[in-house]
Formats: sequence, structure tokens, C-alpha cells
Amino acid sequence: MTEPKSSPAKEVWITGIGIVSSLGEGLDAHWNALNEKKINVDDKRFAPYIVHPLAPVTFDAQIPKKGDQRQMEAWQRIGTYAAGLALDSAGVKGDKEILGRMDMIVAAGGGERDLAVDVAIMTADAKGNSSPAFLNERLMNDLRPTLFLAQLSNLLAGNIAIVHGVCGTSRTFMGEEAASIDAARVALARIEAGQSEIALVGAAHNGERSDLLVLYEFGDFNLTEKFTPVWQREDNSGFALGSAGCFLVLESREHAEARGAKPYAKLTKVVADLAQRKQPGAVTKSLEALWPKLGVTGDAGNLITGATGAEPVTSEEKAFLRQHPGFAVRATGTMFGHTLETQFPLGLALAALSLSRGALFPPNDPSAFEVEKAGSPDQIVVVGAGHWQGEGMALVEAVK
Amino acid sequence: MSAPSDKFGRPIVVVTGMGVVTSLGAGKEDNWRKLTAGESGIKTVTRFPVEGLKSTMAGTVDFVTVDPVTSTGLTERLAEMATEEALGQAAIGAKADFPGPLFLAVAPVEVEWPQRLELGRAIGKTEFDYGDMLRISGGGQYAKYHRRFMFGSVASHLAETFGTKGSPISLSTACASGATAIQLGVEAIRRGDADAALCVATDGSVNPEALVRFSLLSALSTQNDPPQAASKPFSKNRDGFVMAEGAGAMVLESYESAIARGARILGVVAGCGELTDSFHRTRSSPDGKPIIGCMRKTLADAGLEPEQIDHINAHGTATPENDKMEYNTTAVVFGEHLPKIPVSSNKSMVGHTISAAGAVEAVFSLLTLEHQRIPPTINYEIPDPAILFDVVGNKSRDARVTAVMSNSFGFGGQNASLILTREPV
Repeated sequence: MTEPKSSPAKEVWITGIGIVSSLGEGLDAHWNALNEKKINVDDKRFAPYIVHPLAPVTFDAQIPKKGDQRQMEAWQRIGTYAAGLALDSAGVKGDKEILGRMDMIVAAGGGERDLAVDVAIMTADAKGNSSPAFLNERLMNDLRPTLFLAQLSNLLAGNIAIVHGVCGTSRTFMGEEAASIDAARVALARIEAGQSEIALVGAAHNGERSDLLVLYEFGDFNLTEKFTPVWQREDNSGFALGSAGCFLVLESREHAEARGAKPYAKLTKVVADLAQRKQPGAVTKSLEALWPKLGVTGDAGNLITGATGAEPVTSEEKAFLRQHPGFAVRATGTMFGHTLETQFPLGLALAALSLSRGALFPPNDPSAFEVEKAGSPDQIVVVGAGHWQGEGMALVEAVK
Repeated sequence: MSAPSDKFGRPIVVVTGMGVVTSLGAGKEDNWRKLTAGESGIKTVTRFPVEGLKSTMAGTVDFVTVDPVTSTGLTERLAEMATEEALGQAAIGAKADFPGPLFLAVAPVEVEWPQRLELGRAIGKTEFDYGDMLRISGGGQYAKYHRRFMFGSVASHLAETFGTKGSPISLSTACASGATAIQLGVEAIRRGDADAALCVATDGSVNPEALVRFSLLSALSTQNDPPQAASKPFSKNRDGFVMAEGAGAMVLESYESAIARGARILGVVAGCGELTDSFHRTRSSPDGKPIIGCMRKTLADAGLEPEQIDHINAHGTATPENDKMEYNTTAVVFGEHLPKIPVSSNKSMVGHTISAAGAVEAVFSLLTLEHQRIPPTINYEIPDPAILFDVVGNKSRDARVTAVMSNSFGFGGQNASLILTREPV
């Protein structure tokens, strides 16, 4: 952390990408799935709610010790797995020298409940068995002691450190969708300023949780009954929770070149804000205000958004996108569901992947709001607007 | 004074406002008076029944109540109080218009038992499952619970109330969270992203499930009677930490901006450092290397030698393991200078304020520098012969203090340290 302020900002590359989701694991599986317009939803298990369940994964492949796997619930397993994929992708897995000083910013939720314990307590309470000590005794007797560690937000980072040896600085941001926008923003700023050389940034989300469905049901956010792509939810608004883990390795160009690492893309800019959503149109205005700060060249291009079909935010975002009709839009909410903290890293990952493969993946939208886009993109914009607060954008560019 | 840049050419980061709330009271004055008098804020919990619990005491903030009763709501109110005090002192910007970002260390937010039980009772059956809960959760009657139990809700409220700029960041690094919030503010100012930052850390989560969670990990003291004597950092008969509540807030600015607007400078964040331990989810690496590395990184960041530290504000949780590890690692870093450096633990009096601890203790460290008085480690009756710290046992001590190191070593291997000084170094 010794760079004087007057140095020019360093160029930052995306040199590693790890994704595991309802569409599979790894970059090839995702590229193929997106090109085949695959969608994996389950409308039976949590009926009438709809989720995008995690594709089958052999966790041993990235979390070799069963003991480590047992210390985690699904959310931490998904994240630790995706982190391992990213480190493999960057070619730093097992490189103790680099991993020992690699920084980490994880955007985390957490708090997976033991549903059986909750229900047992609630039903006993409803029956009238509430002595003053009742709650205490049930919790003391029925919770497994290490569940807390599986619930703690900062323990996804903790598990990544233990399993993969990532041991530089470690920060965990919380705050739903906005947390990972800020994780990318701060990691980028630190590397640009010379406060960091290489960082692991990302998130995970377990969307197959009844307790999470309840939390979003409080706000009537869940998609029910019938699955439709994101841009066709005006009459039946809501998001379908998705399970996914996505991590990126960000690295200064200098550092990457010194070790012979090749970039998927350049992360040029991340901007974010929190609009007060007290008036209609606040999100549209916020996105409009962020746009000029990105440095997008021209009025035609490519755009990946984490829009999910929740209202009113999706309509407000659509109004913003309509102001930029030259941009071909791709909504990850259709293929992946709403993965909350993981949505923005997914957008960055797919942008970097597309740039590295020389094409934007095809549209997945019968309403034709998303259109085909031929050619090899130079820039892809990534947009994220939180279902209840937070807006952000990133500019990802091809490295020539 | 001196040039606005430190010896590495980075903007010097100063503190122009501070606020604190703990079980000892609201505000710096009350807290400092009681801290230096060796008073404890630990009491038997009265907020909820304690039958069936192994640990029945905590440093609760009982003089603040919120309605409806939620830990998240209390956490938010404590943050608000500490922030109001800090902003009042800094006199920066205008009301509801703070000219910089918010970094908030906060306990992870979740749906809480009063609300969960409320939902269970509303189902109208005595046998049910989560599917039944889902069926009655929608329709808007519980809409306020969606917002309340979002992770970002506390920061959202603070950002709106105090008018901070940009996207507010909520963070957790377990017991190091408070230090991390300050660190993020320092880094933002050093790279020129901001001239001022509001760094707040808060924790109001003493509730049954939280106490049970720590109890099941055998982390808490069970020496329930008398409660004030339970927290015994560095003592031979220590047996765990005492959970507590509190909030700390700091206004950080670049030295240049602070001077330009004529602000009173309370102190300097001369250095920060952080190093992750990958050994175990709750225990430190036995060789102590990550903690040693963290302290050394912090000294290097401040450009200071070990002998220039006059006092260490310890992590000092009073768990059998932390205190021993803390002594062994501190002895390696400070070597022959250690006998001359008083090392005391505020947690002996205010308990472990978890997500708030790093910031609460940073405020106490700055007050130490202001008053030239080191708060004691109380309940120090039976010293641990293997821990050869000068713990400032039981009574505070006047001393010449120019630089304080404040340490925080958290679950999940999160180690963070700060060095605070009165003047730029």
C-alpha cells in the first residue's frame, strides 16, 4: 500500500472466471448453454414458487476434504467451489506465493436456517408450549454447534481461505445486489491505485431455501405459477430465486504479464449509487446519471443486465434501456434466475467470457426486446439494479 | 503542522469526529469516565428469560429501546446515536449532507424470533411447515419485515438520515469488522476517492439465538455470578468472552481538507494492516504467523518501529486461546520492548461488542491519546503466569502516549490492526 496518489491508474484485467449455476459448471458448459438458450427451472419442489436449482456438482473436485464440506451449508459450498474454479481458470491454484498475498472481497448473504428446528419451535409455540425458557432450551438442544459458522456472512471468505489458501486482505460486503457491485468497484479501485495487485471477487447464492422465499414473499417479490422470461412478466411480476456461485480474479496488467497470464477482458470501470426510491422513475434517473460516468463510446453496443422481473424496478430499468436502443440487451435473470449477490459478478463474468470468445451470446426473449447482435464486441456494459435498492454499472472491454 | 502527505506520499488521514455507545453509557464523556474508573457494563440479562442458558450475562445497552423490538432495529439506533455524536463534533458538511461515503460494519441481518413466532401464530394451525408460512407471508401485511431484514437496511437508513454519498457499504469481518470499516475509509481517502469518510460499526444483537450460537461454540464465559467479574482478559481463570452491544463512529478526513476547513484534529490513523489466517474457522494458526504478520504489516504501513508504540489496545477477549495466542504473537513482534508497553483490554469492562469492537476500541484508543491515561484491564486478580503483559491491572494509569496499536482478531481468520497517533508520524 505504498503507491503515491499521483501515479496514473493501473490497467486491471480479468484473468480468471469461475461459474457454477443451474446451467452447469465452468466456462464451456455456460457458453454452450447460453448459445443453446437453455433454462433450468423447477416449478414443483417449492410450488407455486419457481427456482433455478443448482446443476449437479461433485463438490469433492474443489473441496477435497469431506470435513470441510460438512462445516458448510449449500451457500458456502457453492461459493467455495466457484472460487476454486476461478483460481484454476487464472492459473494460480496451488501457487502459495501468490495466494498468500491475494486479496479477497466477497459479497455475502448467509443465514441458512435449520428449517426443522425452526418449525418444531414454531409449532410448539402455536400449541401453547411456551414456558419462559422454551426457546432457549430448544435452541441449545437442537441446533448443531457448527451451524453458526455455516450461517456467518464472513465465513464464505473464511472457507475460501481455509480450502484454497487465499490469505491477503479479506473483506465481506453485505447488502444484497449492491454488495457485489461495490465489491467489484472497491477491488478495481484498490488495484488501480496500487493498493492491491491481485484480488478474488465474487459471491454465491443458494436460491433453494424456503426461509428466503418467505423473506421475499413479505415484499411480494417471488415469481409464482408460471415461468416466463424476464421481459414477459408485466402481468405476473416477480423473480425466481436461482442458485449460483461466481468468482473473478482481477489483476493489474503488470502483475499478469509478469507471470505470463492471459486476460479474458479488461475491467475498465465500475460505478454505483443508491437512489432514494421514493418517487416513480427514481431508478431510471439513477441509471441515467451513472451512464455518462462509464466511458461508453458511441450509442450502439452490448449490455448484460441482472434485471429479474421484480417490479417496479424492472419496468424502470426497461425505461432506461429504451433510452439506449442501440444496445443489444441480455437479461441474466431469465437463464439464471435471481441470484442476488451473485448477479453482478455473473454479468461481469459473462461479459468477459463473451469478449474472450468474440461474440455476444444470443438473445433469450420471445418478446424480442432482446435482439440478435452479430460481430465481435469491443465493449460490454453490465448493469445491476437491486430489487429494493442500489444501482450500478460496469464497463468491460476486450484486450487487443 | 506538517505536510499533508505521509512518508509514503499518501494523504494523511485524520479523525475529526468520534461517537460511541456501550453498556457503560451513551457518548464519549460517560464512557471515558466509567472506563477509566474501572467500571463494568456487564449485567445479568433481563431483556429475555435466561433459564436454560449456560451464559446468562451480557453487556446489553438497556437504556435504548426500539419499537418493534428487533436486534436489527437496536443495531440501527446505536449506529445512529454514535454517528450523531461524531458528526456533531466534526461539524462537517451540513445536516443530512455528509460529503463522503459510508462504511458500516454491522452484524449480519436475519429474520428474528419475535417475527418468526408472530408468523407461526398467524397461520392458525398447530401443525404446519414452511409451505404454510409462505402461504400467509404475502399480500403486504409483512412488507415492513422484508425491508427490516434486508442486509442493507441499516446502511440504507444511515445513508438517508445523514446524506452520505454514493453507494453505502455494509461489511462484516467478524470481530475485526469495526477495524475493517475504518480501514476501508482510510484506503478510500488515500487513493483520492474521497476527502472525507464516515466509518461506523454497530452491534445490538444480544438475543437468545445469538447467545446460544456462541455458547454452543464454547466461546462464552459461564462465570455468571457476579456478572461484572466474568470478563477476565489475561487472567489464569478466564473462561471465555462476554457478548455485548455498542457502536463506534468516526469521521475521517484527509489532513489537507481538515485543515482547509479549520477542523479540530483529534488524531491520526497512521497505519492499518490486515492478514488472513487460513488455519481454522474459529482458531488461530498455532505458529501465530498470520497475527504476527498482521501487526508487522500495520507497523510497516505506519512507517513505525515496534518501540515507537506506547500502548496496545488488545483484542483481549478473555477466551483461553485468544489471550495466550495474543501474548505469544505480541511478544514476537515487540520482543525486548514489550515489558515497557502497557497492553490493556477494554473488553474487561464493555465486553465483546463483536461487529462494533474494532471501532469502539479505536475511539477509546484516541481518547487514551487525548487524555494521556490508559484504561485498565479489570478483574485481574489471578494473573496467568504464561502471559507476561503489563495489563494495567484494575486501575487506569497516566502515561505519555503518542502511538497506540489497536488489535482485532476475528472468527474466520480475520486479523486487522490499526495504529492511532495524536500527530502525523
